[in-house]
Amino acid sequence: MLPKKVKKRASLLAITLLVSVTGIFFILQSLSKNILYFKSPTDIKNNQNIIFDKKIRVGGMVKKNSLIIKEEEIKFVITDFNNELNISFSGTVPNLFSEEKGVVAEGKLQDKTFFIADRILAKHDENYMPPELKDMMKKNAK
Amino acid sequence: MFKILNLSNIFFWIERLIGFINSIFFILLLVALSFALIFSPPDYLQGDSVRIMYVHVPSAWIGLASFSSISILSIAYFIFKIKNIKLITKSIAPIGLMFTCLALVTGSIWGQPTWGTWWAWDARITSMLILALFYIGFISTHKFIADENKANKISSIIAIIGLINIPIIKYSVDWWNTLHQPASIKLTGESSIHSSMLMPLLLMFFVLILYCALIFLMKYKTEIIRIKKKNLKRL
Repeated sequence: MLPKKVKKRASLLAITLLVSVTGIFFILQSLSKNILYFKSPTDIKNNQNIIFDKKIRVGGMVKKNSLIIKEEEIKFVITDFNNELNISFSGTVPNLFSEEKGVVAEGKLQDKTFFIADRILAKHDENYMPPELKDMMKKNAK
Repeated sequence: MFKILNLSNIFFWIERLIGFINSIFFILLLVALSFALIFSPPDYLQGDSVRIMYVHVPSAWIGLASFSSISILSIAYFIFKIKNIKLITKSIAPIGLMFTCLALVTGSIWGQPTWGTWWAWDARITSMLILALFYIGFISTHKFIADENKANKISSIIAIIGLINIPIIKYSVDWWNTLHQPASIKLTGESSIHSSMLMPLLLMFFVLILYCALIFLMKYKTEIIRIKKKNLKRL
């Protein structure tokens, strides 16, 4: 049998761990809205009291054929495949920014469908492959 | 039974292991680096900046794995009070801290050209920073608290509490919206990284593990020498 001291320490440890795990679980649960790095277009549509004068981040996929690049302004639509949001931006975009790729925009909402961004971050997905393979996939898709 | 735990015996085996790892490490490092930096293809989207991943991903894995092992050993220490365990966790911690910082720094260097920012307070990156803070807390208790028993106790509690952070780091990309991409290599199912890139990645991981083993053994040896100076024959 294990000595009494060892048993006592083990139970003390088990209780401490249990308490801290539940504590952290509830903290994360209540913070979960703030932990989200960006809001999706659906979040914005469903949210009743949106703050218009504070900076927020929205994210989604740049919709196909929606990208319009003018001299001083870039306009595009982001989608989460349920809802859409129009975005206007003037400035430089990161290398990976393109249609049908993930993007996170930082700026202010004008109304529920229009967003003026002052910073664009490209989101990279989890796919890694050599360029030849991508070309082959494109050909097969056609 | 205790013969194998005799410090002179451990010392002898450590010396031999260090010699063995030293004899293969540099050749393997050259092979792995040449695959990662020269022979592997560039990514279809990121181009050559994908090569940062060959250091970033193994570093992050090692950072997580070191902390998990420190935590589990700390639980054993806290319950059974085996002094040898403390020597082991003390030797792992600096390696884990170094690789966690390396993961943060290489991630930052990769993030600038790809995402367009050096740093983002998203769940994955923030929880990784917290991991680095746990490492610093663990190491500094041994530096700042003079009473050895007290320092051992406090540092193992830090390590055990920090264990909760590990699943948060792992699943942060699945639970919340983050800028960081989800895992490409899954425990179950097909990984979304092409095999011509997966192979150098695993090779780099293996080499960095060897490097960790080397540093760990050297550090462990130093700890044993320190104990020997206090004239203890056995732990």
